[in-house]
Amino acid sequence: MSEVSLLSLSLIILFLPLIGFAVVIHFGKRFSKLYLFEVAIMGIALLLSIIIGYFKLTDFPIKDLVYSFNWIDFGNVPLIGEFKIELGIQIDNISTIMLFVVTLISFLVHIFSIAYMHGDKRFSRYFAYLGIFTFSMLGIVLTHNLLMMYIFWELVGLSSYLLIGFWYEKKSASDAGKKAFLVNRVGDIGMFIGILILFTHYKTFTFDTIYTQMAAGNIPFDSFSWLTAAGILIFMGAVGKSAQFPLHVWLPDAMEGPTPVSALIHAATMVAAGVYLISRIFVMLTADAMLFIAVVGAITSFVAATIALTQNDIKKVLAYSTVSQLGYMVMSLGVGAYVFAFFHLVTHAFFKAGLFLGSGSVIHAMHHEQDIREMGGLRKKLPITYSAFLIYTLAISGVPLFSGFLSKDGILAGTLVFGNLTGHWLIPILSFTVALLTAFYMFRLVIITFHGEPRNKEKYDHAHESPLAMTVPLIVLAVLSVFIWYTPNPINPDAGWFSAKWLQTPASVVPQETRFDFMQNDFSGAKYYSNEMIHSETYMHELHTLHYPAMILSILLGGLGILIAYLMYQWKKINPDKLAERFKPLYNFSLNKWYIDELYHYTFISGTIALSKILSWFDSNIIDGAVNGTAYITRVFANVSNLFDKYIVDGLVNFTAFISGFIGMSFRRFQSGKVQAYLVLVVFSVLILLLVFNPF
Amino acid sequence: MLEVGLSHYLFVSAILFSLGIYGIVTRKNAVLVLMGVELVLNAANINFVAFSRFGNFGIGGQVYALFVIILAAAEAAIALAIVLNIYKTFANVNVDEISKLKE
Repeated sequence: MSEVSLLSLSLIILFLPLIGFAVVIHFGKRFSKLYLFEVAIMGIALLLSIIIGYFKLTDFPIKDLVYSFNWIDFGNVPLIGEFKIELGIQIDNISTIMLFVVTLISFLVHIFSIAYMHGDKRFSRYFAYLGIFTFSMLGIVLTHNLLMMYIFWELVGLSSYLLIGFWYEKKSASDAGKKAFLVNRVGDIGMFIGILILFTHYKTFTFDTIYTQMAAGNIPFDSFSWLTAAGILIFMGAVGKSAQFPLHVWLPDAMEGPTPVSALIHAATMVAAGVYLISRIFVMLTADAMLFIAVVGAITSFVAATIALTQNDIKKVLAYSTVSQLGYMVMSLGVGAYVFAFFHLVTHAFFKAGLFLGSGSVIHAMHHEQDIREMGGLRKKLPITYSAFLIYTLAISGVPLFSGFLSKDGILAGTLVFGNLTGHWLIPILSFTVALLTAFYMFRLVIITFHGEPRNKEKYDHAHESPLAMTVPLIVLAVLSVFIWYTPNPINPDAGWFSAKWLQTPASVVPQETRFDFMQNDFSGAKYYSNEMIHSETYMHELHTLHYPAMILSILLGGLGILIAYLMYQWKKINPDKLAERFKPLYNFSLNKWYIDELYHYTFISGTIALSKILSWFDSNIIDGAVNGTAYITRVFANVSNLFDKYIVDGLVNFTAFISGFIGMSFRRFQSGKVQAYLVLVVFSVLILLLVFNPF
Repeated sequence: MLEVGLSHYLFVSAILFSLGIYGIVTRKNAVLVLMGVELVLNAANINFVAFSRFGNFGIGGQVYALFVIILAAAEAAIALAIVLNIYKTFANVNVDEISKLKE
């Protein structure tokens, strides 16, 4: 298939969900079956993405397909020079794979939602929102420039807000939507500044143009610090979207949304967008920026894993597990294990979407009960859900033969090598601890939910296996959580096609002196390199040496975690309550999520409120005072002017009138109406005149 | 023997005129006011006749005196008629009290 047809197909995929959204949102109320149209559209999009994936990976395995056009051409702008804004799409291997992941999970979530959301009063609007969300997400995946990335980034923020707050009658849901939106804004500000740093220097948003110039030695403002700053600032966008510490607080709250939405947004797509963004800017990250990213990722994965240990809400456990796994991916990108970060993104998308959908199935069966302490023994009631859930749990815990093992193992080996080569041992230590914790809390969840005796007999008796529309997506995702789809060798991902053939590390474009020593590839013009070529020989040597120790260690730690979970909850050899009692401060610290929400409440929220109070005081006293003072002075002047008017001007006028009146009064006397008086006057006047003008 | 000349006539005429004016001004009764007017008119007549006799003006003065007498008669007739009507309306002929027309 030719390049052009692949590009046009991907454009069709991009706009299909938008059409679905437009149709369903407008006509959904009139035609109650219209949601099927949206589902069908996602089916078509999935089919097309499989076609694109097949032809892209076979016909153009290392070529980037790009279609772009000038959106705005400003021509030759004074002081700036040639200046235009390009829009376009780019299909490379990671976007091809993401395209498939997004459309597949979106399609499965659509199908799942038909049963899960059945009877909801805004049923069709829900599907419309799913459509606009998928559209925004595909936009992020396909874009070839930072501007479109940012636009679709914000669209994802909007649609996730709509979906999280879908049951907006519930205060907690609408609050969670707002929280997600606002927390994401914090990260997006950084991302926007980062994008503008690059744009100010390069006058373009296009990734490839920027990277080509950067590789030629043209770095922002000739300063490594600006380069590092740009990388870290754009990474801030990912901190918000991918729920990295310290902006992870929105994701657990976002569990207020419908469960299939959690599967779509918080497992496979929206949160993955952050990781995808880092993969896109991976080549322009300096050593400092990468270290920063690695540390943030490591802290995130550890913090979230410790919180997940004690949560009792089935979705909260999964939410923190997601945050923890996203921390893994981010950390992996930070330590330079690009391929495994993306590999983990894909495998995690499948099994975490499965876990969320599985929890949705459980919640559906339990009539919207989410507290795992009310569950137990559901294994017999929900056999399909249980088996699928167990497979996902095995995958996320890193048990061999499942997909999670492959990608996680790669990440762990990457961190180990990183620690060994750079001396940052904290990162591998945290990552291995998290591997242990993950296995523990996931099995804790499974055992409490599905094993043992039912704790709430009444709810247990009413529980029933979910309908076909819900179990089929679970089965599909469970199948995809098995190793065979990624590599034929269950313990060596490099033997397969996924991490070795399809995914290649792009060549770093930052100047040699700002890279890590182990990233000293000899750049010769090609864009992609296999891992052997991108990294130094020492790195590859270390990787080969440490691969099996890392694997054995991760299996041991995972096994240990599972064992502890069984000891505590299945065989009850260790009493978890007593343990919690003994380590009460630690237990409470974890149960209350490290008090981070409280911390934000007392710092940022109270701070903002206090600041606004101060500003309000300033407004009402200083500004209003100034305004009132002006008004007072004006009034005084007006009074003076008034007095002047009243006494001087009016006085003059009145005086004139008084004079006229006085004269009138005096003459009035003569006008008595008495003819005789007139006559006297006439006679006297004539006499006086005679005396004056004496004619004689 | 005193020769009667122009000045004597004018003197008599002036006294008559002054008496007439005095009568017009001081009397309240409308009839007496009219009598004053007659005196003034006759003072004028004496002047006409005197100037006609001593002033070589022909008989024009005497003719005018006749006219004035006729006019005075007509005036007296009309004025008395008015006075009668006033009396009928107000039962009073005092000129300073009849001021209704003004209001």
